[in-house]
Amino acid sequence: MTERLIELRDITKSYGNVYALGGVNLHVDKGEVVGLLGDNGAGKSTLIKILAGAVKPTDGEILVRGKSVTGWNAARSREAGIETVFQDRALAVQQSIVRNIFMGNEQGNRLGFLNLKHEIAEAGRLMREIGFTSKVFTPNSIVGQLSGGERQGVAIARAIYKQADLIILDEPTTALSLTETAKVFHFVRQVRASGRSILFIGHNIHHVYDIADRFVVMDRGKVAMQISRDKVKTAEELIWFMEQIAHPEHKSQNAKEPALKRKAGKL
Amino acid sequence: MDQRSPTQSSTSAASAETWSHPSDQPWRRFLLTNRAALGSLAVFLAMLLMFTIANPVVFTNWTLYASVLTTLPVAIFLTVPLVFIVTVGEIDLSFPATMGCAAWAFALVVQAGYDPIIGIAAALVTGAILGWFVGCLVVKGNLSSLIATLGMNFVLRGIILIFTEGKSISLPSLSDSWVFQLFSSELYGVPVQIYWAIAFTIFSMFLYTRHRFGVHIHIVGDNPDSAAQMGINVNRVRIGAFIFVGIGAAIAGVFSTMINFTWWPTSGDGYLLPVLASVFVGGTPTWGGIGTVLGGAIGALTVSFIQTGIVGAGLSGFYVQFFNGLIIILSLLGHRWNQIRYR
Ligand SMILES: Nc1ncnc2c1ncn2[C@@H]1O[C@H](COP(=O)(O)OP(=O)(O)OP(=O)(O)O)[C@@H](O)[C@H]1O
Ligand SMILES: [Mg+2]
Repeated sequence: MTERLIELRDITKSYGNVYALGGVNLHVDKGEVVGLLGDNGAGKSTLIKILAGAVKPTDGEILVRGKSVTGWNAARSREAGIETVFQDRALAVQQSIVRNIFMGNEQGNRLGFLNLKHEIAEAGRLMREIGFTSKVFTPNSIVGQLSGGERQGVAIARAIYKQADLIILDEPTTALSLTETAKVFHFVRQVRASGRSILFIGHNIHHVYDIADRFVVMDRGKVAMQISRDKVKTAEELIWFMEQIAHPEHKSQNAKEPALKRKAGKL
Repeated sequence: MDQRSPTQSSTSAASAETWSHPSDQPWRRFLLTNRAALGSLAVFLAMLLMFTIANPVVFTNWTLYASVLTTLPVAIFLTVPLVFIVTVGEIDLSFPATMGCAAWAFALVVQAGYDPIIGIAAALVTGAILGWFVGCLVVKGNLSSLIATLGMNFVLRGIILIFTEGKSISLPSLSDSWVFQLFSSELYGVPVQIYWAIAFTIFSMFLYTRHRFGVHIHIVGDNPDSAAQMGINVNRVRIGAFIFVGIGAAIAGVFSTMINFTWWPTSGDGYLLPVLASVFVGGTPTWGGIGTVLGGAIGALTVSFIQTGIVGAGLSGFYVQFFNGLIIILSLLGHRWNQIRYR
């Protein structure tokens, strides 16, 4: 039995009378990569923001390592070993790269004065690790001068610095080139190999299929399907499952048609 | 498909080259990071040059500078914390009344016969509590700091006037105490308060760029949502900035009372606009996220100098306001080029 790192029970979230989440259960075990899928507006980002403590759930329970937590917020979430790359990146663009990488996690002495030398050295190391190709930038460069993909790199560098137990990646590869995307997936594998966990949100189902151990499909604020990797033979099958969720009416019409053939015809 | 998928695990590690960049040279980094402060210094020097050309006799004479140096420390203790509050994306217009209240506490304690150091402690506590209160009002009440602090300025000043009925407190015994020697005597022909103001500026520069508090001030002013998502307690940082303004105002109030041996119910009133101007003349932009403490101090020097300078240059006092405004607008125009707003 693997260790349960985090668990969400019956999480609901309403904005006014709009329900973004209507009773979601989700768990992430130690050392697994969970792929969170779903249409635009399904509630994926809302769900991970609740996990990251950035959004308060309307109702429901959060358990960390089996213990129910109260007063959950972003600082508590990071203390508990959860690092998040948000969909909007959560950067401060007028500040330097090093300030963004250590945002909310400044390295300093007990009096609160910062160890800038250490921070800059670490930021430089992380920037090389995530492969900043443009040598123009140093850890002291202002984030506002970076390209979209490079900014994303800064957000990813921030999430990997702490060697967190759970890293949440909300569409981490949307603005990235092929090389940078490959680096992200390489990193995901490294994290899993070291026994830590990843919650990965992505719209490229082929990519998610390749790296995730378990798929969670959300639809209109609910978890519509959970299936582990060994139950799905190909990415096409996963896509077909998802289509069934999005357009259940097709099921009755084409029930007898073999899944893969139908899929091939549609593409 | 023979195209390599990015999810394939065979990825070459990034080559570890050593990086070097022109802006890594210490002196260029210094120029880049302090360009706003250096700009303010240039404004000040240009102004000084203008005055000196207009009246070489007066402006090469020390007495003129000595009189500026007497009023400058109070302005610096007000301006520097205000740089913090502008950087965090708020404004505090209640500092003149906070200064008045804190100095009032100081005067009452000294008048009652206690050692002035207890008076200073009382002033600091008063300033911090008022700053905390104003901060809570703005942050927890989710009010516009521009309007709320303007209101608080009137309320606090009103309280002073109601209780004192406009009467001042004179403190002739002050000059005998060791505290007075420490905070209001002269050293090498310069008011000792200048040294305290310089020390405060240097301390605040470190606080601003090399301390968790200052760094959080920058981030919250830049993007409060990002700061909150990364676990920074945004409200606490904002309230902290207001408390810092309250403490600065308290020191300013004590210093100005020590210079005059008298506390007036109007103490602090005249500082509102000059100090606000100093922050922006110093090169801190209005939109938050960036700023310069050193520039703010130089801005305070510039603004303090204008009044003395214009009279010293032989112009009548009627010119003071005109040149005050001119310098403010010219320095704002000058700061345009180094105030790039990244979004
Ligand atoms: N701050 C908010 N105020 C009101 N409604 C919101 C807010 N945030 C999200 N919602 C609503 O909640 C629903 C879920 O949004 P969410 O961002 O979680 O979707 P998502 O699954 O991440 O979509 P995408 O794939 O486009 O990122 C949407 O219908 C959205 O309109
Ligand atoms: Mg989303």
